[in-house]
Amino acid sequence: MPRAAEHRPQAGHGLGVRDDFPIFTREFAGKPLVYLDSSSTSQKPQVVIEAQAAHLRERNANVHRGVYELAQQADAAFEGARGRIAAFAGAAAQVTIFAKNVTEAINLVAYSWGRSNVGPGDAVLVTQMEHHANIVPWQVLCRERGASLRYLEVDEHGRLSLAQLEQELARGDVRMVAFAHVSNVLGTINPVAEIVRRAREAGAVTLVDGAQAVPQMPVDVDALGADFYAWTGHKALGPTGIGVLHGRREVLERMPPFLTGGDMIASVDFQEAIWNELPWKFEAGTPMIAEAVGLAAAVEYLDALDMSRVREHERELTEQLLEGLSQVPGVSVVGPPGTESRGGLASFTVEGIHPHDVAELVARHGVCIRAGHHCAQPLMRCLGVTATARASVGVYNEPGDVQALLDALHGAREVFSLEGTSPARVG
Amino acid sequence: MDDLYRDYILDHYKHPRNFGELEPHDLEAFEHNPLCGDELGVHIRVQDDRIADLRFHGHGCAISQAAASISSEELKGMELSEAGQLGADWLLELLGIPISATRRKCALLGLKAVREAVTGDDAWPV
Repeated sequence: MPRAAEHRPQAGHGLGVRDDFPIFTREFAGKPLVYLDSSSTSQKPQVVIEAQAAHLRERNANVHRGVYELAQQADAAFEGARGRIAAFAGAAAQVTIFAKNVTEAINLVAYSWGRSNVGPGDAVLVTQMEHHANIVPWQVLCRERGASLRYLEVDEHGRLSLAQLEQELARGDVRMVAFAHVSNVLGTINPVAEIVRRAREAGAVTLVDGAQAVPQMPVDVDALGADFYAWTGHKALGPTGIGVLHGRREVLERMPPFLTGGDMIASVDFQEAIWNELPWKFEAGTPMIAEAVGLAAAVEYLDALDMSRVREHERELTEQLLEGLSQVPGVSVVGPPGTESRGGLASFTVEGIHPHDVAELVARHGVCIRAGHHCAQPLMRCLGVTATARASVGVYNEPGDVQALLDALHGAREVFSLEGTSPARVG
Repeated sequence: MDDLYRDYILDHYKHPRNFGELEPHDLEAFEHNPLCGDELGVHIRVQDDRIADLRFHGHGCAISQAAASISSEELKGMELSEAGQLGADWLLELLGIPISATRRKCALLGLKAVREAVTGDDAWPV
């Protein structure tokens, strides 16, 4: 039973679950860990660490082939985990495929679906706010197939234009629309169901990169209706090495396998093989068994917290973050104003201090934030910057964490002797 | 006093020496740090097999900018053969601050550009 169920939220103290995460007993620079980099990867609760360890300790065997009892227990653990993970995202287990991460999931679609459905004169439509994982596989596909890769633009508030989507779709050549549910740089929450509906009307298939969305808000893949929806375990309190691809059954059934070899076949003759049924057709080789068990424990933990509460919690912290950043002289935040259509993160620049130096200086106070291009260099070019600093929140963060960052930013400005430093706020 | 962001580092960052374009120039190279997107290019004018003049251009963090600025003063007048053989230790000693593994490439970006301009070898200085 996930320990989160025992906790009740306390006003002003976040969800009150920090003690569930053993890493927060560590100190850095002599100060408690202030982890504001959950968009990169989340920390892990004890229940996830223990679930994975218990599996390796007590139920370890290969899956899908043993007749002995231990192997049957491993099978039950692995396929049971698939069922829980699928249910958490609102999808059927049969169309829930495990991949290494979102990058591999998108490559699976770009190779398997793309090579049989995209040809010369066709187009793939992505957006300027995509992570490299949702750009490069399409670049390679389009170059190989003589198709064109086009981009939906991002406006000054970090939003996509549905009018431009209509124009692009009206050209009649778009076979695939691939876009992020939540941007990892801007934080923008895109109107997934609306984009999917319009794409489908125009005869285009859709792929949604849900890496940032699934860990922080309720996501019902079936209701959103996309043909493909990908997310990853390690950002959702689970282990690294396991990603999830949900697909629409009729689309998946028409696709050839991606990787081939063991486990993905029904039978193999000397010259040919018959593919296994869904979802195993797309899972070649021994899968990530212990990781699936760990991720199942993670989604049970999130379910017990209730994803609506998680979203509300992260929204409150993000409000505090945006408000606090607006008080720091020289700070500019990119992305949507307010938190209505913004996930739990803020990317920003500090005039006079490079983002790398910002991250280094706040790290002196035990505060972990990301600096760089966040694997979104085309977007950086649109924003007219080479890098930003990014703070992102998770279930374990509390208002004190955001305040620690804000204090450290005032301190960073003082180190660089920038105008407008307020000595009273220096932490 | 901050160990890393010492006064002279911040001074070189805010007022970099030998920055801008150098026209005409005999040698050039442009480098970027894939980790953070920082970019530094160099223009070099050669006379009698020595670096007669050089200018850096581009943008980056305090460490990459200060390292380029500080090294530019040493590089002027240096024989090309010597400049082409400069290693990471030369630059880190010149910089005089503790550089963590993750910031090492920031510090070495300018030297990488100089070495490529002089020798054509675009490997990171070791």
